[in-house]
Amino acid sequence: MTVSLSLDNVTAHYGSTKVLEDLSLHVGEGELVSLLGSSGCGKTTTLRLVAGFLEPTSGSIKLGERDLTRLPAHARNIGLVFQTYALFPHLTVRDNVAFGLKQRGVGAADRRKRADDMIERVGLGHLADRHPANLSGGQRQRVALARALVIEPPLLMFDEPLSNLDAKLRVDMRVEIRRLQQANGTTALYVTHDQEEAFSISDRVAIMNAGKIMQLDTPEVLYSRPANAFVADFVGFENMIPMRAISEAGDAVRAEMAGGATIDLPKEKFTVPAQDFILATRPEGLLVAAEGQGVPTKLGLRTYLGRAYQYQCDTPAGEIKANGPLSQPFESGSSAVLVPQPEQCCLLPTEAA
Amino acid sequence: MKQRIHPLLVAFAVLVFFFLLGPLVIILGSAVSDTSYLTFPPQGLTLRWFSNIFEISAFVRTMKTSFLLAVGGTALSMAIGIPAAYALARFRFQLPAFLGNIYVLPILIPEIVLGFSLMKTVAIGADVPIMLALLLGHALIVLPYCVRVVGASLNSFDFSIEEAAVSLGCPRWKAFFTVVLPNVRAGIIAGFILAFITSLNDVSVSIFLTGPGVSTLPIQLLAHMEQFFDPTIASVSVLLMGVTVAVMAIVERTLGLTFLTK
Ligand SMILES: Nc1ncnc2c1ncn2[C@@H]1O[C@H](COP(=O)(O)OP(=O)(O)OP(=O)(O)O)[C@@H](O)[C@H]1O
Ligand SMILES: [Mg+2]
Repeated sequence: MTVSLSLDNVTAHYGSTKVLEDLSLHVGEGELVSLLGSSGCGKTTTLRLVAGFLEPTSGSIKLGERDLTRLPAHARNIGLVFQTYALFPHLTVRDNVAFGLKQRGVGAADRRKRADDMIERVGLGHLADRHPANLSGGQRQRVALARALVIEPPLLMFDEPLSNLDAKLRVDMRVEIRRLQQANGTTALYVTHDQEEAFSISDRVAIMNAGKIMQLDTPEVLYSRPANAFVADFVGFENMIPMRAISEAGDAVRAEMAGGATIDLPKEKFTVPAQDFILATRPEGLLVAAEGQGVPTKLGLRTYLGRAYQYQCDTPAGEIKANGPLSQPFESGSSAVLVPQPEQCCLLPTEAA
Repeated sequence: MKQRIHPLLVAFAVLVFFFLLGPLVIILGSAVSDTSYLTFPPQGLTLRWFSNIFEISAFVRTMKTSFLLAVGGTALSMAIGIPAAYALARFRFQLPAFLGNIYVLPILIPEIVLGFSLMKTVAIGADVPIMLALLLGHALIVLPYCVRVVGASLNSFDFSIEEAAVSLGCPRWKAFFTVVLPNVRAGIIAGFILAFITSLNDVSVSIFLTGPGVSTLPIQLLAHMEQFFDPTIASVSVLLMGVTVAVMAIVERTLGLTFLTK
């Protein structure tokens, strides 16, 4: 049974503080969507709304055909994995995993069998009789996972499930989570503030800021074509150059930047979104060259990155980082142009202030 | 390397021990003295003062009352205290801090004042039967122990555990019993024992609330002492001490006494 999750225009408050504003989110059947954002942006709050621990001020939440908005939390049938694992300390691993089945009235023998099967699947067969206090962090996480999976929920939710594990284990576990989620075809909502983690296991990622989703798309699109300056900055577009389109020059748009320098952007490669826009690039999106169509600059400090040289560039539009080829090193202090590489640049609308 | 301990420190420690344990030794000695008056060191050795307790019907009666009050009062207090402690811990960021302190008031108010005001309001004002008034009074004086000790357990409880239970299909009220209570069991037992002992030994509040035909053991002890000065008093004291020690021993066995001091 696979279903989709929809949040429609959900607003949420803690007391009188608005934490989520008019948030809409759709997670397709069997899809894994991550909520990614800095601390306090409302990721946990979104999960708590879906789980039923918090009521939205307005808006609706639907899981498949079922309207969850006013349904009590215990009736929602959602598997939850917590950051602190939240295992039952007084119960053994087996009883922890069997807990949800017991609530569903599954008989003792069947319960034990299904719990043991699931414990086996997460690789803890030999630990079924232990208490959580006698397990390592990674093992606890597996128990938490087994406990959420065994009830075969139509939706799984994870709140920073790996943040208490060491780096190596984190990578192993996220692969494991993804594998189990895909094997069951379970729809999943995953919260993290680790970009690599989100991008590596998600079908789509929602980048959040201050209670709003800034962009929701596949990792590939987010990485190469951010829709706005916030997302661009978030995924590592370090250079943001404000520009203004001033005229058409044949099959190119001529744009002017601070300091009066102009550059021609070929129409077939660049789509200018508005008269005022931002040219956003990673350092490798600006190629340092002796001449060409680009941003004139004076080169500063040069550093060696292995695959390229990186220069601190002093342009009329401010300090910028750009890469140059290893075959053609430039001396610090020389003049050059920074040529935008269309496939590694984006033109973004200027933020409405 | 051996650590040197200053002889004065040793002497001081010994002195404190004598001060603490001396009276207990004297009471124990007096209780087994084969004389009809209280004396120490004991002359002769007998257990008849212990059997004497059970021959004086007032002692037997008040002993029953005292135990009933200690169990009933503590149970009543727990019934109020556990939910209160739960609310205080669960919503500690939403609730104003002073709320928690209200539950300590019965310790802070001088017991005489508390007893007197209970007599005025509950016993006389509301004309509540003596036994019920006593029960309410005892529940009140032990409430701080219930709320604080259970509260200490609840404050270190991770409430996402409760949410995990709810997410697995367990209604909230049921999760409270199946997940929250078992994990603060130690606090409940410790609170129960502290409260039980406090109630069993209380004089100042009880004395205002007892009345014709109903009394508690410590008060009966006082009354007896005014008329007789025989070793029965000492033997009752030993018995009370015995119960306290037994209860402490159980705590020590099950949880460790450090639980009471933390
Ligand atoms: N119980 C609460 N009472 C009041 N405000 C709260 C409460 N819980 C969270 N908030 C506020 O709501 C906002 C969103 O919190 P939320 O926990 O959803 O953030 P988050 O994105 O999960 O952050 P993190 O990455 O740190 O977990 C924050 O500004 C936070 O201070
Ligand atoms: Mg969070």
